[in-house]
Amino acid sequence: MTADTAIAPHGGQTLRRSTRYRTLRRFTRHRLAMFGLVVIVLLVMACAIGPSLVPFDQFQLNMRARFREPFATVHILGTDELGRDLLARLLMAGRISLTIGFAAMVIAVTVGTIVGTIAGFYGGAIGSALMRFVDAVLCFPTIFLLLTLAALVSPSILTITLIIALTAWMEVARVVQGQIRALRERDFAVAAEAMGAPDRWIMFKELLPNAVAPIVVAATLIIARGILLESYVSYLGYGIQPPVASWGNMLEKAQQYLTTAPWLALLPGLMITLAVASFNFLGDGLRDALDPRSDLT
Amino acid sequence: MSSFLTRRLIQSLILLWIVSMIGFALLHLTPGGPLSQFANTPGMSDEDLTRLAEQMGLNRPLPVQYLEWFGRLLTGDWGRSYRDQSPVLYVIGSRLGATLQLMITATLIAVIVGGFVGVVGAVRRYSFFDQFVTIGAMVALSIPTFWFGLVVIYVFSVKLGWLPPGNISPVGNESFIVFVHHLIGPSMVLGLVTTAIWSRFMRSSMLDVINQDYVRTARAKGLSERIVLVRHVLRNALLPMITIAGLEVPTLLSGALVTETVFTWPGMGRLFLDSIGYRDYPVVMGLLTFTAILVIIGNLLADILYVVADPRIRLQ
Amino acid sequence: MTPQPTTASADGPPLLEVRDLTVEFRGQTGKVAAVNGVSFDVRPGETLALVGESGSGKSVTSLAIMRLIQRAGGNRVGGSIRLRRRSGDTVDLLAVSEDEIREIRGTEIAMVFQEPMTSLNPVHTIGAQVAEGIVFHRRVSRKAALAEAVELLDLVGIPEPQRRIRNFPHQLSGGMRQRAMIAVALACKPNLLIADEPTTALDVTIQAQILELLQGLQRQTGMSIVFITHNLGVVAEVADRVLVMYAGRIVEEAGVVPLFGRPLMPYTQGLLRSVPRLDMMSGAHEELEAIPGNVPDPTAMPAGCAFHPRCAHFRPSLCDTAVPGLEPADPEHSVRCARWRDVAAGVPA
Repeated sequence: MTADTAIAPHGGQTLRRSTRYRTLRRFTRHRLAMFGLVVIVLLVMACAIGPSLVPFDQFQLNMRARFREPFATVHILGTDELGRDLLARLLMAGRISLTIGFAAMVIAVTVGTIVGTIAGFYGGAIGSALMRFVDAVLCFPTIFLLLTLAALVSPSILTITLIIALTAWMEVARVVQGQIRALRERDFAVAAEAMGAPDRWIMFKELLPNAVAPIVVAATLIIARGILLESYVSYLGYGIQPPVASWGNMLEKAQQYLTTAPWLALLPGLMITLAVASFNFLGDGLRDALDPRSDLT
Repeated sequence: MSSFLTRRLIQSLILLWIVSMIGFALLHLTPGGPLSQFANTPGMSDEDLTRLAEQMGLNRPLPVQYLEWFGRLLTGDWGRSYRDQSPVLYVIGSRLGATLQLMITATLIAVIVGGFVGVVGAVRRYSFFDQFVTIGAMVALSIPTFWFGLVVIYVFSVKLGWLPPGNISPVGNESFIVFVHHLIGPSMVLGLVTTAIWSRFMRSSMLDVINQDYVRTARAKGLSERIVLVRHVLRNALLPMITIAGLEVPTLLSGALVTETVFTWPGMGRLFLDSIGYRDYPVVMGLLTFTAILVIIGNLLADILYVVADPRIRLQ
Repeated sequence: MTPQPTTASADGPPLLEVRDLTVEFRGQTGKVAAVNGVSFDVRPGETLALVGESGSGKSVTSLAIMRLIQRAGGNRVGGSIRLRRRSGDTVDLLAVSEDEIREIRGTEIAMVFQEPMTSLNPVHTIGAQVAEGIVFHRRVSRKAALAEAVELLDLVGIPEPQRRIRNFPHQLSGGMRQRAMIAVALACKPNLLIADEPTTALDVTIQAQILELLQGLQRQTGMSIVFITHNLGVVAEVADRVLVMYAGRIVEEAGVVPLFGRPLMPYTQGLLRSVPRLDMMSGAHEELEAIPGNVPDPTAMPAGCAFHPRCAHFRPSLCDTAVPGLEPADPEHSVRCARWRDVAAGVPA
């Protein structure tokens, strides 16, 4: 018995480390998640340094080299209706789309976490009022809400990011609220409260760290959603405005050349699908890896 | 049963109320607010506008304005379109049918294809088919709807010439066959995401049921595997899918907007986008509120259907 | 003790012969033998009790007889289970075709499960669930099957059966549900009823009613019952013969009278000591004893006799080397214990 007690803290340490190790191993063994991670890293690197390696500028017009097919000329992925190099535009567009997706995620997660934490911590009237508001916002079909908001602001990277975040924070709020409400009843939170710790301290130092796993998963999926939503508003003409390229607005023009230059529509769409699918795979893998129940199956 | 439905009805009404407040707030955020619909009218002086503002009660406190606006919302007076001065609700109503056609067809595709795929995936868990379809569903959820629309048009209209590239049906030729022919492409596009979602939820719902004790009881009776699967697994696994179908309404509406744009389908989505283009705010705000109400109604219908389908709640 | 039912005959050929039944499950940590070389007979009209703690393999044995163990995923069911069918043929249930086992399930062997709460489908009426097997196996109309369902509900003592067939499981109490479950099992008049802890989830008065019901039904139909339980009180109530299982093996087999009168395996003795008995209330106070220790982890079975770590009669290098065989102490009493003679002779532990 004494020997047991003596090694107990040590045993606890190894246990926690092995849980972490198992989580990591479950994640690295998740082939789709690893695929997603690799593609994301490659995409980010390509968009970051790629444009300086491509010998063309994204805005450089060339009326003598319009509608060049991919893999036929020095323009590796061909040119568009104004003779601009498609590869250069795709990579620059990627910067915009990925940045918006990531920035919208940061804002959405922040807003959602704050709302969810407050709603979960206080419960009662404040909590249910906040959550009913979340429910109400979720009643608006995302694209309708997004376009309404887009029509009210002048489009720029900042405003588009903000309105995407405004339509994406609700799910985080729900997840966090659920977690916090469950954690709130646990001993350590009750103990902290009994010791007279201030609410803010209990919320953000005691409770929130325990809700990190589902937040990380939701965050990854929101990036995917953000990229997708950016492409929708831009395609519909209310997002990023030409000549600045985003994957969505590149498709807007492409529709009219569908019969003559289908690659103009094909390539940006593939980029969106690839990026969004990668984040979705990653999020799914993280969910499986961080879910302690997945050990059982 | 009645207590469950009463509770859901009250929740829906509360939601409707909050939704209306958000709609009202957004309306007041539009440039010029509710008054802007007259600002463009030629021959309208500033004095006229002030008088109008007084008439419309825009100088009264916001809560009072809200209550009046909400009252008009309930009585069906949703304002008039800037474009042709026809009542907003009438404009929306004239486009509702086309959108519902798309949404219903897409849902049918999702229920049949997604349901089948989910069932087979659950029965043959971890098989090649299951893994392939799981990845496929995830990819389908990552494809931008409008781009998939372009691909469908390119492949089936431009290359193969099987499907018309858009529009509900040519003028003067309104036979059912032509209508269905035009419906195939957009429904396929709109149905993609919902099908993917259905296949995933169907699969996990089936897996939840497949190991239940009563399924073992059914096998112990010596029933054929097909009867066990249909009567004891599928029947029970479909229950949560009713809720999923209700939750899919906003996704379908969003998808319909994009699909209608790509296929120039004359539904609410197209109307919404056109109205934004014209800055026709009464119609835009009306549609926004209307779609949210549709979502609330969809969820309520799903709840009612659930009660009908689940004797545990029906006969409480 | 219960009087021996007149229908039980020790002489006739057995209804069911289980030989060397082995069930292995493949888990993440490798193969686990849940049942290990189990052999026994079920005679016509008798009640055979399968006794053991959870994890002893008794439920797995019953599922193996029904062939309800998923063989996918590396699970293995070995040995033979020979059933004498109504037609007079004898078949190995582990070898027959899917169609044949389906025909046998419900009509010749039926099963009552432990949890009446979860073993009935919540979305179908009681009547539909009783009639279902009748329609499927006998190809009669739904209406005729429902009429039979009413009779069956009446038979199992459910009041107002006409009305009850239209009820859903959640509208019935636990005891009524278990009666309905028995009606489901009896629908096609099986020769063999496997009852897997049918009373465990019920409260005591209801337990007694269900046991009485099963015994009454057995007297009427002459079916054999394999009764699976961890409750020796129930065993004394219903059984003709008893198989005691421990860690996937049979450790003692005897008629109910010799088993309770002269248990030979220390494990059985321990089980008996942990049952409250009537005579304890009057006078002679023995303390209720729990068997020390726990059921062994199936992935790390002790060498030799699986019970030796918990056994008071344990002898090093005798008990922890080889698994003892099942030896006959009497013609009708076998025991798996290297020291059963000492135990029987009362040599102190």
